[in-house]
Amino acid sequence: MKTVYLDNNATTPVDPRVLDVMLPYLKECYGNAASRNHRFGWDAEAAVEKARQQVAAAIGATSKEIIWTSGSTEGNNTAIIGAARMYAEKGKHIVTCTIEHKAVIDPCKYLETQGFEVTWLDPDRTGRVSAEQVANAMRDDTILVTLMFANNELGTIHPIEEIGRLCKDKGVLFHTDATQAYGKVPIDVEAMGIDLLSASAHKIYGPKGVGALYVRRKKPRVRLQPILYGGGHERGMRSGTLNVPGIAGFGAAAEIALQDMESDTKRIAALRDRLWAGLSEHLTEITLNGNPDHRLCNTLNVSFAYVEGESLMMGMKDIAVSSGSACTSASLEPSYVLRGVGMGDDIAHSSIRFSLGRFSTEEDIDITVKSVTEAVNHLRNMSPLYEMAQEGIDLSQVQWQAH
Amino acid sequence: MAYSNKVVDHYQNPRNVGSLEKSLNNVGTGVVGAPECGDVMKLQIQIDENEKIVDAKFKTFGCGSAIASSSLATEWVKGKTIDEALQIKNTDIVRELALPPVKIHCSVLAEDAVRAAIADVKKKNGKGEPVASQSN
Repeated sequence: MKTVYLDNNATTPVDPRVLDVMLPYLKECYGNAASRNHRFGWDAEAAVEKARQQVAAAIGATSKEIIWTSGSTEGNNTAIIGAARMYAEKGKHIVTCTIEHKAVIDPCKYLETQGFEVTWLDPDRTGRVSAEQVANAMRDDTILVTLMFANNELGTIHPIEEIGRLCKDKGVLFHTDATQAYGKVPIDVEAMGIDLLSASAHKIYGPKGVGALYVRRKKPRVRLQPILYGGGHERGMRSGTLNVPGIAGFGAAAEIALQDMESDTKRIAALRDRLWAGLSEHLTEITLNGNPDHRLCNTLNVSFAYVEGESLMMGMKDIAVSSGSACTSASLEPSYVLRGVGMGDDIAHSSIRFSLGRFSTEEDIDITVKSVTEAVNHLRNMSPLYEMAQEGIDLSQVQWQAH
Repeated sequence: MAYSNKVVDHYQNPRNVGSLEKSLNNVGTGVVGAPECGDVMKLQIQIDENEKIVDAKFKTFGCGSAIASSSLATEWVKGKTIDEALQIKNTDIVRELALPPVKIHCSVLAEDAVRAAIADVKKKNGKGEPVASQSN
């Protein structure tokens, strides 16, 4: 049976067009972009600067505002910790949200141990934070607002432009972790008032291990204290020899993403709708999680009542997806994102994230619908919860013997 | 995480899925776990006049290891007396299914389910009521 990959929010395959661009920099053009006095270095530098242009263009930035990183974890750490340290004299208050990626949550938690105060906003049931919530959280000593552009588990998109404008009005820096949104939705750092933005190549059909951090240069000129010290590369904000093949690949991936955004979005959204329609047709008691209006075109998070997510994935072993259940962890706790939007633990355990991509096909979707339907029916047939619900028992009223 | 072949087999071909009539005096029902924890097991046994387990059924909401643990437990209790069934230890289940450490709680739950089902049938009959026949 064909294996279907619907886990594109975890990572994407490298687009063959991207690989073609990368290969010369792994073979003959192996120079160090910082070698200023020979051809090898010049060639590498030219590739890096071309990519900088391409990566900047996808968000309406200038190439000088792009700092290369190893990925969004580093980008988020550099932006958050770097800005906090740089502007600590101005204030020590940061605003973020409870369902951010761990690469934002953990730097914020670290800063809490260093004398900073963090306000953790609770999103609504769809995973959205309003500009009003951000406004209410702001104080005189607020120096940074950090909110993801789109949520990795739900696909929900925050009102970024409104929040960005608010930050501009208040003179507060605005960082967005755009890992899932970059190259998938139109982003304009000027119109949206974004000062810092993290992106990663491997979410947009580029290679793993390379990312970019946008750092605004004008109005205001944002400065960051580096978290890595060394040769002073990347305007002193990120030392380290540049990953030239990775960067060249990121550039190509960004250019393709921008160029194909409209057609990709249309096609992928149609496939996502086909998936939802197919599941809805064949199964009862399924719920769409996230925001039906403000969401990424490729993400579909669904709860299948009375069925545990990990066992469901086991039943559809030829389909690669992610589950909201965390049965493998010692804590037995399901996804903090799903709990963070107020979803009950029982429903969170029953959730599956399908994340489609550029290479998803109608056949993939049809295979998935068939496989999920079979697995859900198989599991409901042996689910005591399904049986109780069929008998008319209200599961929320049962006294469970928790363990 | 890869599952052992035995877990996969029980998942794909669960033994003794179903329900027994829980109102019968010779049927004991154990329901353990909670939906919030991601595991709920219902295990039922039916005993004869000699307290021998003549039938066992289960239904489980949980991961593959939880399903396999309860499926295996129903296989093992069948044909045993309730006293013998009480000797089944979760570590036996761990060994048989080659469960990794993070899945040990599944085996504990299965042992608890067996014990709860036995306690239920004992309680029913502790009231002095005779063991009802299956046709009842």
